[in-house]
Amino acid sequence: MANSNIVLHVADVHKRFGGLHALADIDLQVEEGKTHAIIGPNGAGKSTLLNVIIGKLAPSSGQVVFDGAVLTGRKPYQINQLGIARVFQTPEIFSDLSVLHNVMIPAFAKRDGTFTLNMLRALDSETTIREEAEHMLEDVGMLNRRDMQAGSLSRGDKRRMELAMCLIQHPRLLLLDEPTAGMSRHDTNTTIELLQKIKSRGMTKVIIEHDMHVVFSLADKISVLAQGRIIADGSPDEVRGNPKVQEAYLGGAH
Amino acid sequence: MTNFMSRNDLLLLVGFTAVVLTMPIWLTPFGAGYPDLLQRFMIFGIFAVGFNILFGLTGYLSFGHAAFFGVGSYAAVWSFKLLTLDAIPAMIFAVLISGLFALIIGFLSLRRSGIYFSILTLAFAQMSYNLAYSVLTPITNGETGLQLTLSDPRVLDAAIGQSFVGQPVPTLLGQQLGGYAGFYFCAGFLILSFFFAQRVAGSPFGMMLKSIKSNQTRMQFTGFNTRPYALSAFVISGMYAGLAGALLAVTDPLAGAERMQWTASGEVVLMTILGGVGTLVGPVIGAWIIKYFENILSALNDNILTQFWSFLPEGFAEIVVKVTSKFVGDGWHLTLGLVFVIIVIFLPGGIMEGVRRIAAVARRSGPPGAKSHQHQPAE
Ligand SMILES: Nc1ncnc2c1ncn2[C@@H]1O[C@H](COP(=O)(O)OP(=O)(O)OP(=O)(O)O)[C@@H](O)[C@H]1O
Ligand SMILES: [Mg+2]
Repeated sequence: MANSNIVLHVADVHKRFGGLHALADIDLQVEEGKTHAIIGPNGAGKSTLLNVIIGKLAPSSGQVVFDGAVLTGRKPYQINQLGIARVFQTPEIFSDLSVLHNVMIPAFAKRDGTFTLNMLRALDSETTIREEAEHMLEDVGMLNRRDMQAGSLSRGDKRRMELAMCLIQHPRLLLLDEPTAGMSRHDTNTTIELLQKIKSRGMTKVIIEHDMHVVFSLADKISVLAQGRIIADGSPDEVRGNPKVQEAYLGGAH
Repeated sequence: MTNFMSRNDLLLLVGFTAVVLTMPIWLTPFGAGYPDLLQRFMIFGIFAVGFNILFGLTGYLSFGHAAFFGVGSYAAVWSFKLLTLDAIPAMIFAVLISGLFALIIGFLSLRRSGIYFSILTLAFAQMSYNLAYSVLTPITNGETGLQLTLSDPRVLDAAIGQSFVGQPVPTLLGQQLGGYAGFYFCAGFLILSFFFAQRVAGSPFGMMLKSIKSNQTRMQFTGFNTRPYALSAFVISGMYAGLAGALLAVTDPLAGAERMQWTASGEVVLMTILGGVGTLVGPVIGAWIIKYFENILSALNDNILTQFWSFLPEGFAEIVVKVTSKFVGDGWHLTLGLVFVIIVIFLPGGIMEGVRRIAAVARRSGPPGAKSHQHQPAE
């Protein structure tokens, strides 16, 4: 089949919040191993789209298919276990726990599944997972913060840690909701490098970003969302040249 | 050894054991070194340690745990009546029954979280309390309470031809469990309970419980089904409550429905918060303090107060007696409430937070060499 390498298919998805049509007739196909950027003005429905994909919200109609499996109707933890991880727009982390433990926890989900009653085992004896987490923290440049309480991190560091929490699961599909927001230019560039490195390992990514530097450094394909509709999609060059996009988005703020 | 238990955990366990076993000695100057009260310290310590696994680690506040405590008592007394006066079968039976009971109530209550969860547990516990008084009278003996009698069948005891003269008393391998024997029996279970709680808190499972408390949403998007985790914590803490209830029946073989009332459920919440939610030692200390003051204050009466304040000028002394009498005797709950309010406002982390603060001040004013330890990772 021609589209056999389509790993994520958002098919005719609508989402209404009362009178608000937050997502209208969304059809999105993401190719295996590619980085697909979604851009659009504030309130366009970008985060809502990710919420529908990971099962946080049920679509009003339509469905999401991941590698032949229908995601719609499954629980968030089941969707994660199929290999989908997400970095949230507002960091979703375990604020009361240490940075190291934050990164270890997702590794347990990957290794032991949705539930394990391992209460007589010592956490200290889980050396493999701890070392894995330490490597991951090194990759995002946060090993020196491993014993800090996660809640006390800066916004940018929280986001980098959340990225490490996703990457340690080696997901097949990584969803990133403004992964560099709140980061310094230096950390943004480190993150771009890291994401490029992951890409070379074949991980599929959907990335929402306002920073055009990040988008054009990473994206193979861009979809432009405005008022719940995809108004354009194509390669970065096609999108950049599209007058509708200029008008709705790039012309305004950038 | 490192894979089994960290050095710090081991030290804590050894210290805790030493403190518990020497209680009859060091509590004597405080007027609390007698078996009856010491037994209660152990029993409610166990109740609080278990409650903390649910409330402290997982963050689910149950207002109905006295139900499991009560079920444990009834189950133990039934074991004494039907099987044997030996305590071990009674304990096992009680823990299993209360665990089963907790599984059902937990399964239903955990369909909601936050305040709705708390209300559901409260409702189930009050239902159990009312059932124990009404429909279930054949099992609970209603208001009189379930008691041992000479005519109980005790099939296991009968099979080995054991018979008792006078009022039946629970035993351990033939040794009667009254007085200090009862205390050491309960102390053994408290130390075991503490050890098990330590293992749970230091396991990957314990880390998952803390993560659920910290951010349940993130847990779900990380691939965990959080409900079986919370249910396991609920059942474990229910079994702890059942164990405590059974021990109370061992030391005093009588089970009444008032043990399941909401005030009893509230008491274990107070113990945990007073001592320090989420800490290992805190809930035990909270339980001891509440039981100690209950014992002292509820025994005071107007006569004792009049004597105590007699050094004050006449007339004034009478007013002071009148005011203070409201805080003692049956009114000791007023004192408890007051202490609780003060702790929650000034020390939200409970007594353990106070201990940590004092330790921090001591370290800062201590020798400069001690300071460098402060930021080292705890490994
Ligand atoms: N759970 C919800 N209930 C009601 N309305 C919602 C909900 N989630 C989002 N919305 C609304 O849907 C619209 C799209 O929101 P969304 O968060 O998806 O935008 P976005 O493209 O991510 O914007 P931003 O760039 O600001 O993050 C907004 O008008 C928002 O107020
Ligand atoms: Mg958004």
